[in-house]
Amino acid sequence: MSAATTTPAADVRIPLRAHLRHTGALVRRNLLWIRQDPESMFDALLMPVVFTLLFVYVFGGSIGQALGGGQDGYVQYVIPGMIAMMSMTLSQGVGTGFSQDFNSGVMDRFRSLPIGRGSVLFAKISVELVRMLFATAVLMIVAVLVGFHITHWGGLFAAVALSAVFASSIMWVFLTLGVVLKNAQSVQAMGFLVLFPLQFGSSIFAPTNSMPGWLQNFTDYNPLSTLADAARGLMVGGPVAHDLWVTLAWSVGITAIAAPYAIHKFRTKN
Amino acid sequence: MTRIDNNAVSVRGLVKHYGDTKALDGVDLDVRQGTVMGVLGPNGAGKTTLVRILSTLLQPDAGEAVVAGYDVLRQPRQLRRVIGLTGQYASVDEKLPGWENLYMIGRLLDLPRKDARARADELLERFSLTEAAKRPASTYSGGMRRRLDLAASMIGHPQVLFLDEPTTGLDPRTRNEVWTEVKAMVGEGVTVLLTTQYMEEAEQLASELTVVDRGKVIAGGKVEELKARVGGRTLRVRPVDPLQAPPLAAMIDELGITGLAGTAVDGESGTLLVPILSDEQLTAVVGAVTARGITISSITTELPSLDEVFLSLTGHRASAPQDAKTTDDRQEVAV
Repeated sequence: MSAATTTPAADVRIPLRAHLRHTGALVRRNLLWIRQDPESMFDALLMPVVFTLLFVYVFGGSIGQALGGGQDGYVQYVIPGMIAMMSMTLSQGVGTGFSQDFNSGVMDRFRSLPIGRGSVLFAKISVELVRMLFATAVLMIVAVLVGFHITHWGGLFAAVALSAVFASSIMWVFLTLGVVLKNAQSVQAMGFLVLFPLQFGSSIFAPTNSMPGWLQNFTDYNPLSTLADAARGLMVGGPVAHDLWVTLAWSVGITAIAAPYAIHKFRTKN
Repeated sequence: MTRIDNNAVSVRGLVKHYGDTKALDGVDLDVRQGTVMGVLGPNGAGKTTLVRILSTLLQPDAGEAVVAGYDVLRQPRQLRRVIGLTGQYASVDEKLPGWENLYMIGRLLDLPRKDARARADELLERFSLTEAAKRPASTYSGGMRRRLDLAASMIGHPQVLFLDEPTTGLDPRTRNEVWTEVKAMVGEGVTVLLTTQYMEEAEQLASELTVVDRGKVIAGGKVEELKARVGGRTLRVRPVDPLQAPPLAAMIDELGITGLAGTAVDGESGTLLVPILSDEQLTAVVGAVTARGITISSITTELPSLDEVFLSLTGHRASAPQDAKTTDDRQEVAV
């Protein structure tokens, strides 16, 4: 290949097949991380166990009484919410992982290679979704052990799929934080600040009708409430359509803003 | 723009500001195909900024840069296919084994699986890392990591290789290893742009030098020419009896060796200092010293430090003072 050209032609485009190949190579990298460092799966393994036991046995009795179904009724209420909560909490991992990549210098290598900028980010999201599915499987095993009845599998799968869609939109936000903030600790701290009010100011753990009006206004628009309610409807029955559409609208809206922004920030980072 | 030259890298009026700081303030630079250009300068001179712009990691505020015929702003993807980059900090994935690092980059460079595997094996062998192939890079020594980094840069058979301070932070032995590898790559016809803080490294590897300071090119040319301008090496002779140093200096001055600038004595340590421009001068001076029959405790030659280079080229010290004295090539001669 001769290097000299007379007039700079337009830059080449990267074909879709190449994008997939690059993303595949980077997914392999991120999966190898897990094999190299199995402890990184502990959170995905332990979080569903700890949180389920905590909420069912600590709060389950009293909230269940208020719901009118006792602890068993609370299990039916909280497990779909847990799926929503976990998808959010695990999403944070993409941001901290990304931040570590930047500080290690390996990102310079990636960015000096002829690959699409998006593939580095898509690969991170794909692997995080795998982690999330693993955690959901663990959650469902614990759920059945504490008395959750899976009434129909289709609804369960639909709920998991919806959580994954919403989580991948949130991951773009965390990827942006991972690019913009200095280190993994800041990403984690910032993520916690965002997630904590969203998770507890929602219908994930308890019905919102006893909350003060201003808080209810917040929870009604909180996508975690609609995600949890949609998952609940899909898994144990009840109205679904409204919550489903609101959640999807949030997912599309967040992705439409955060994904191009994350890719842009990634591309232009100093 | 017509390219009638055969420059692998061609830079005109490159400017990059960070707020009020001018990292690059109008840099011009040409690197001929198949040569090694050393970019010498202190910390903060703009060396890394230059490399980051040329490898498309950073966009310039003004100016033009063409690498292997591709414009850094308009054709970054094509450009990335023909360059290799080894940064100041090893840019390998530390959690991955060496082999996996190279295989991954092969795949990212669109090699078919089989070829990516073969290339990973081949480069591990060449950089003497075969035994460590399956170990995570985090378990590698500094030198092994740097070699893996070089191997990663070579996977795509780059036409132009950027080495940003490739030996900063390495011990002298490991530094020599890296130099050997870089020389081998140059032997294969790769054009190299190397940044360094060490005069000695530039002398070892580069055929031409560009000296930068505060974002500006302050001198450039063949290494030999620049060396002549800054005065080459300094010979230090230390007699066992410190009082013997002044008469020794006087004697050498009287000999009138061709081109010798004169001598000096460091009274505190009783050391004779002679600026040396050629190997002939060195031989003549050492010969005179031994003929005199004085017992000597050490003879060393030293390259000028970066600071001394700056002092003689610009009349002022390097802007960011630091300890970059190139003393590792002291050849201790026991007498």
